[in-house]
Amino acid sequence: MSKQKIIPIGPYHPLQEEPEYFKLYCEGEKVVDVEWETGYNHRGIEKLAEEKTFEQVFFLVERICGICSTSHPFAFANSLEEISKVEIPDRAKYIRCIIGELERIHSHLLWVGLAGHFLGYDTVFMWAWKYREPVLDLFEIISGNRNSYAMFTAGGVRRDIEQSKFAKIRQDLSELKKKVDLLTGAVMDDPVIHARTKNVGVMTREDIIDYAALGPTARASGVAIDVRKDDPYAAYGSLDWNVITAEEGDVFAKAKVRLLEMYESIKIIEQSLEKMEKIPEGDILTTIWEIPEGIGMGHAEAPRGEVFHFVKTDGTNSPVRHKIRAPSYMNIATFKKSCVGQTISDAAISLAAVDPCYCCTERMAVACDHTSGKQILDGEALIKRSQDKTREIKNKVK
Amino acid sequence: MGLKSFSLKKSLWVFHFGGASCNNCDIEILDCLTPRYDVERFGIKLVGSPRHADVLLVNGSINKRDKPRLLEVYDQIAKPAFVVAFGACGCTGGIFAEGITFAGPVDTIIPVDAYIPGCPPKPEAMLSALMKLAETI
Repeated sequence: MSKQKIIPIGPYHPLQEEPEYFKLYCEGEKVVDVEWETGYNHRGIEKLAEEKTFEQVFFLVERICGICSTSHPFAFANSLEEISKVEIPDRAKYIRCIIGELERIHSHLLWVGLAGHFLGYDTVFMWAWKYREPVLDLFEIISGNRNSYAMFTAGGVRRDIEQSKFAKIRQDLSELKKKVDLLTGAVMDDPVIHARTKNVGVMTREDIIDYAALGPTARASGVAIDVRKDDPYAAYGSLDWNVITAEEGDVFAKAKVRLLEMYESIKIIEQSLEKMEKIPEGDILTTIWEIPEGIGMGHAEAPRGEVFHFVKTDGTNSPVRHKIRAPSYMNIATFKKSCVGQTISDAAISLAAVDPCYCCTERMAVACDHTSGKQILDGEALIKRSQDKTREIKNKVK
Repeated sequence: MGLKSFSLKKSLWVFHFGGASCNNCDIEILDCLTPRYDVERFGIKLVGSPRHADVLLVNGSINKRDKPRLLEVYDQIAKPAFVVAFGACGCTGGIFAEGITFAGPVDTIIPVDAYIPGCPPKPEAMLSALMKLAETI
């Protein structure tokens, strides 16, 4: 065991979005075990929620994660509406779908960029993030803020999307489609990306079910799990779209699922805009005067998987218990399966493939000698290894 | 103006410390690197080690677990260094200030030179803050 080394990934690294700490146990180049530690991002949100009123909790759950900042209010709104048995106006349903899908597009673009960086394709990183900007501009037009939109409230949405903005949204989306075509083409046709991502970090169908993984991680292994289809909420049941799946379960399949999902999101937004045109402006809120005593469960499909909220109320204006389960909690565990047996240079991309939402975690990668605790590699070096491997393959391909 | 401060003015290197944040600020900071904002045209660069940095950019509320690590990172930075608190949580603790794990806003732990408010601040806000910081050198 004297040859075994530990490589910690996390907690503070400039390119991971949230803090989480991973320890890779390595023998030579091979990863033999993985451990992880969380808590660097613990903010006591569930406890805070019990001290706030329902109106305030929406802003709190929005700040669980900045990237999935619609999914949490979405699930929370669903659970409150289940308790108070309220049907929200149709226009509000479509607005909710539009915000949810725009968020999915920006989150997936962000992931494509980060994955590109981990593989040593910084051009992909820059381009994907550049194409993400128009989506953030749309958010700014619709809600007034680039992130954290504060659009949701119990019984509907807080702001309408005026008819006059539709043309701009449609135009931006059609331009975005071309950009996604470009990115998809770049990923699907590049032999180096194939070499780096195919058969890397493979999760079989059984693994996914064992680990209860969710979202694109599960769909890339042929498990067609999607709350939007399985238990439709908002207007998803009445729109025409498909659940994207792939069979291989490797990093490439996960990238493919995310890229193709963006087309479905664009489809959903276009259909929602079309249906909204027939509904008069302004009808966006069913006022809920009182939230009765009860138990509500709400879920929503975040870009990373199912977000689940459990709310218990006692007739007062704040929840008695608020339990939240985010998809990354399930997905991060799959790292153990997908990473063990791989080389260190593939570890970074295997981890990134899950799109872990570390808002619940930390960042910085350092490699230590198992016995002395001396640092061997840090996070940058780890990413550099991954990038070096791509360069080697590139040279071979030439 | 000495040679040292002249060259520092043109090349502020930033180490980003994300505390217990919601990611929004982290994403907006990364956004500054990308083509639309392109912070590198001002010589500002995100670096991977605090030992290389001139500016410590702290975002997110600091919880009990982050606090010793923040102090450690601050100790590692070569002085003189600037500390910038980014976002509402960095400045005051924001919505998480009443949380059970909250260990105080950044300025109660280490001295802070600049505050960038907002939830999250726009990338333009970070550019403007770093420019103003460079002017004080």
